Amino acid sequence: MSEQAGGLLGWIDARFPLSKMWRDHFAEYYAPKNFNFWYFFGSLALLVLVIQILSGIFLTMHYKPDAELAFASVEHIMRDVNWGWLIRYMHSTGASFFFIVVYLHMFRGLMYGSFKNPRELIWIFGMLIYVALMAEAFMGYLLPWGNMSYWGAQVIINLFNTIPYIGEAISEWIRGDFVISDATLNRFFSLHVIAMPLALLALVIGHILALHEVGSNNPDGVEIKKTKDANGIPVDGVPFHPYYTVKDIFGAVVFLAIFSVVVFFIPDMYGYFLEHANFDPANTLNTPEHIAPIWYFTPFYTVLRAIPDPFGGFVGMVLAIVVLFFLPWIDRNPIKSIRYRSVLFKINLLVFAITFIILGYLGLNAVTPLYSQLALRFTELYFLFFVVLWTYSRPHGAMFWISSFVILLGAVTLYDVFMNTSEYPELIWKTWIIPAAFLVVTLLLPLFPGLGQEKEEPARVTS
Amino acid sequence: MANDKIDHGRRKALTGGVAIVGGVGAVITAWPFVSSMNPSASARAAGAPVEVDVSKMQPGQQIQEIWRRKPVWIIRRTPEMVESLGALTPKLRDPESREGQQPAFAQNEFRSIKKEFLVLIGICTHLGCAPEYRPEPGTISANWQGGFYCACHGSRFDLAGRVYKNVPANKNLEVPPYYFLSDGRILIGMTREEAAA
Repeated sequence: MSEQAGGLLGWIDARFPLSKMWRDHFAEYYAPKNFNFWYFFGSLALLVLVIQILSGIFLTMHYKPDAELAFASVEHIMRDVNWGWLIRYMHSTGASFFFIVVYLHMFRGLMYGSFKNPRELIWIFGMLIYVALMAEAFMGYLLPWGNMSYWGAQVIINLFNTIPYIGEAISEWIRGDFVISDATLNRFFSLHVIAMPLALLALVIGHILALHEVGSNNPDGVEIKKTKDANGIPVDGVPFHPYYTVKDIFGAVVFLAIFSVVVFFIPDMYGYFLEHANFDPANTLNTPEHIAPIWYFTPFYTVLRAIPDPFGGFVGMVLAIVVLFFLPWIDRNPIKSIRYRSVLFKINLLVFAITFIILGYLGLNAVTPLYSQLALRFTELYFLFFVVLWTYSRPHGAMFWISSFVILLGAVTLYDVFMNTSEYPELIWKTWIIPAAFLVVTLLLPLFPGLGQEKEEPARVTS
Repeated sequence: MANDKIDHGRRKALTGGVAIVGGVGAVITAWPFVSSMNPSASARAAGAPVEVDVSKMQPGQQIQEIWRRKPVWIIRRTPEMVESLGALTPKLRDPESREGQQPAFAQNEFRSIKKEFLVLIGICTHLGCAPEYRPEPGTISANWQGGFYCACHGSRFDLAGRVYKNVPANKNLEVPPYYFLSDGRILIGMTREEAAA
C-alpha cells in the first residue's frame, strides 16, 4: 500500500491523507508483540465510549431535562418507547463498565510503568480523561431525577461550600439556584450531552496521538524502537493491523458477552449499578435513608469522610485524585515493568490495589466507629503508597530507611494523638497497627537486601 | 516596502499587544456566559419571605415550612427543653454561637428571639442532608438529650440546633432571618430591621 493507488482511493489520497492515516495508525503502526491480557482494556474503553455515545443519542430523543418531567420521561423510556429499556440499560450498565475497564486500564499502567518517560503525557491525557469521565458520570447521574440522584448531587455540590469565603458563591453558580433545582438539571443535561462528550473525544484523540508518537509500552517495559531491522522496523513489533485488531475483536466479543449478561439479567447489579433509592422521584424534603454515591466514586468518598474537618476532607479527596497526575515524577525508578522490580514493590502495589477496593467498600456503607477508623487507616495507606513508591525510586542506605520509617510512623501517630476524633481509644490503637505494619514491611524490610533486589531488564521482549 | 529588513522588536511588540488585547477581549466575552450560570432573576425572586402562624402549635411540636425551597423548622420548645440547654455547654462545639450561622438577634443560648420558639433551616451543615427531630432523650444513644440527628453521616445537634463535638458537621444549624409580626405570627426570610428599611 505504500505506492500511490489509482482510482477513487488515489483521488481521495491526493486530497486527504486517508491511506497515510491508515498506515500510520493501523497497518504500519508497530506495537510490541508481547501484549497480554491487560492490554485489552484500552480498546475496550474505546468500545464503551462508543456504546455510551450511541445509546446516549437515542436516550436524548426521549428524555426531558425538566424537573417536572424528567423522572416520568425516564419511566416513559422504560415502559413505552420501543426497546427503550434496552437502550437505557445499555447506557446505565455502560457507565459502570466504563469505570471497571478504566480502573483496570490504569492498573495496567501502574504495573508496567506505562506512565514513565517518554509516556508522561499519555498518562496525563489519561488522567484528564478519567477526571472528565467522573464529571460526565456525576452529571449523568442527576438526570433521572430520582431521590438518590438529587441527594447525591446535593452532597457533592455542597462540598464546594466548604471552601472558605467563596464556597457558597461557587456552589450557587454550579446549581444556578439556592438549592438543586430545574436550573441545575437543565445545565447538567447540557454538559452531559454535549460539553463533556466533546471534551472526552478531544482528550481521547490526544491520548492516542501521544501514544502513537512514542509507541506502546509492554509487559517487559522494553522500548521496541531501540532494536530495528534493516528496514527500520522494530524487530519486536508487529503491525497493529491485523495482529492487534484481531486480538481486540476477540476481547470485544468476550466483553460484550459479559456486558450483555448484565444488561439483560442484572441491570441494577443488586443496587450497585442502579441504586434502589433512585426508583423514587427526587424529594427535596426527604433524604434517602443512607446516601452513598455510585460505586466508582466511593473510594474517594471514603477519603472525604475519613477527615473530620469538612474543608480538610474536601482537600483530601481532591489530593487523592491530583496525586495520580504526578505519578511519572513520584515513581522515578528507571525499571518500568513489575516483572523486574523488587518483591517489596510488588507488595506495595498489591496493598494499594486492596486499599482502593476497601476504600470503595467503606464508601458504600454507613459510618460506624469502626468503619470511620478503618476509613482513616486506609486513607493513610492510600497516600503512603505514593511515598513508598518514591522511596523505591533508587537504592538507599540503612539510615534512610530507618529515618523514613520513624518520620512517617511518627506523623501517623501524632495525628492520632492530637487530631483523631474517635471516641473509642482502643479502636484508634488497634487500627493503628494497619499503617504501622505497612510501614514496617515497606520501609524496614529493604534493610534485608534480598527483598529490595531488582532484576536485570532484558534488551528484547521475552515472550 | 523597499526596506525588507524584518524589525523583530516591532513584530514582538505587535504580537504581544494583539495577544493582550485579544486575551482581555476573551475574558470580557466569557463573562456573560459565566454569569448566565448564576441564579436567574426568577430564582432570586422565588426567595420571597413566608408568613407562618405558630399560635396553635403544641409544646414540643415541630412544623416545617418552605423558604427558598429550603426546609425551615419551627419548634415550640417545652420549658424542660429550654431548661436542658444550659447543661450541654461542655459537649458542644460552638455553644455561644460565635460562628456566623444566625442573625445577630439569635446569638444567644437559645438561638432564638423567644426562648419558646426555635426557627432553623433544616439542612445539615455537613453536606446538606435533612436531619431528624428527635426530642426523646435516650433514643439515639444512652446519653442523648434530645435534639436533631442526621442519619447520613451521624451529625448531632441539640435542641437549639447547636452542633456537638466530634461529629462530621462543624457548624451549628443555620437560623434564617425572621421576626414576629405579632405574638403568634412569624415572617421568615426577613429581619425586623430589613422590614423597616
